[in-house]
Amino acid sequence: MTCLPAHTDKKLGLVIDLDTCVGCQACVTACKEWNTGGHMAPLTDIDPYGGHVDGVWFNRVHAYEHTTEAGGRTVNFPRSCLHCETPACVTVCPTGASYKRASDGIVLIDEDKCIGCKLCSWACPYGAREFDTDVGVMKKCTLCVDRIYNDNLAQEDRVPACVAACPTSARHFGDLGDPASAISLLVEERGGVALMPELGYKPTNRYLPPRARSDRAAKIDAPALQPIKADGGFLGWIDRMLSN
Amino acid sequence: MHPAFSVVFFTTATGAGYGLLALLGLLGGLGVIPVDFWLGFIGMGLALGLIAAGLLSSTGHLGRPERAWRAFSQWRSSWLSREGVASVATFIPAGLFGIGWVLFGRSGGWVAVAGLLAAAGAVVTVCTTGMIYASLKPIAQWHSRYTLPAYLIFAGMTGTVLANALLQGFNFGSGAVLACALFATVIGWGWKLATWRHNDRLEIPTTANTATGLAGGTVRSIEWPHTEENYLLKEMGFRIARKHSAVLRLITQALAFVIPVVLLAIAFVLPWPLAALVSVLATISQFAGMLVERWLFFAEAKHTVMLYYGR
Repeated sequence: MTCLPAHTDKKLGLVIDLDTCVGCQACVTACKEWNTGGHMAPLTDIDPYGGHVDGVWFNRVHAYEHTTEAGGRTVNFPRSCLHCETPACVTVCPTGASYKRASDGIVLIDEDKCIGCKLCSWACPYGAREFDTDVGVMKKCTLCVDRIYNDNLAQEDRVPACVAACPTSARHFGDLGDPASAISLLVEERGGVALMPELGYKPTNRYLPPRARSDRAAKIDAPALQPIKADGGFLGWIDRMLSN
Repeated sequence: MHPAFSVVFFTTATGAGYGLLALLGLLGGLGVIPVDFWLGFIGMGLALGLIAAGLLSSTGHLGRPERAWRAFSQWRSSWLSREGVASVATFIPAGLFGIGWVLFGRSGGWVAVAGLLAAAGAVVTVCTTGMIYASLKPIAQWHSRYTLPAYLIFAGMTGTVLANALLQGFNFGSGAVLACALFATVIGWGWKLATWRHNDRLEIPTTANTATGLAGGTVRSIEWPHTEENYLLKEMGFRIARKHSAVLRLITQALAFVIPVVLLAIAFVLPWPLAALVSVLATISQFAGMLVERWLFFAEAKHTVMLYYGR
């Protein structure tokens, strides 16, 4: 049923720290590796060794230059499904293939019901859904439902593959509906923000903005380069000749 | 947005089909236009043929068309599902009206009721089609108060111009129907101009700043996550150069509005069958123009996801 649950017991989601993300793409490849054998498998690659590589990915890392009065900085920006509280991708689905779970708020697709009309991808402002042209159905991030509840994995591994892979711990997983959870406290402390809040989809995931610049760092401005003054003698004569 | 031909043809053909169906149901059922087997047969055949061809064409857009029946289930939340239900439900009164009006040669009574229900179903179906686009918040050019009326106006316009050609073809033409077709085309032209004017001045609150959560200053994309075009760029990243857009807008206006207006005005003074001939030409020109209009409707629409790509 594509009507949304009035209430979800949990609001599982990700918090991504834009301050510490180094853009290494480890989360991207870890996601691809796990999920191409997981709940929404396969994550088809089209022409993977040819000139027009295409394929389904749940997680993509962009890079931006953010320029303010304080100066410019490079921000690496992982983009994936935000598991919105009011996801239009679910309500527009004509078949009931898309749904939001009342238990934990995860937005999923039942691949057996999807007719591949692509309307959900039009309804998502974040580009979270990607169409699998080979299978003919839509695919999206599952928040690794097949990891986070997986009794066959050690407790510390029951997190999404992207979170487990991040070498700088820029990705955090937890219940954003519980104000006392570690992840909620992190959002509180760092002033985490929702993306495109003006569109009203109420994303669950939060992004932690880069920390303010520190003025405590040592000032090590390099001395300005001095022009080499041509002096007399043989080298001076060459310099004058070449300068003409 | 990528203008898939299956969807461009679907919305244009069903618009004209439902417009014609509504007029035949209304005017035929109430006996305003004469009962004539061949007029009815060709007219209902055209209306239902355009609708069926459009609906079949729309399934060409699907990744798994064999599961299309599932699309009738989620009418509580999905405008696309409502469109599916309304389109199929409209066939029932339309079929009954066709049997009564064409085969039995009757009007009034239950035939009028079936005709009115078919007309209502046609209006509802066109509304659901318009709402599919009007409800999509990430596409500002569609999520506007112009979209739903546009679908209704263009369905009414193409349907009236088609109905006029049909009636003229059977020498049942009248100045009133001709005037309606002319008037509807002028209204359509005005609405399209107003829509373009609105879209050209659109100020979209969603920016690369709100898309990335990076407040203040400027956010410039310096590296994409991938080197080749992906699904998002192919589907949502379709771009049309401004100069082509300007030329295509002129072509739209010429084919869909100016030429039909001129031809329909000429039809007033021409005797039959020349009046019928120019009426048919006006219909063909307008249908071709509306295909260009619908292509532009997609090609000029920008999706918020492209903010992430700096487009």
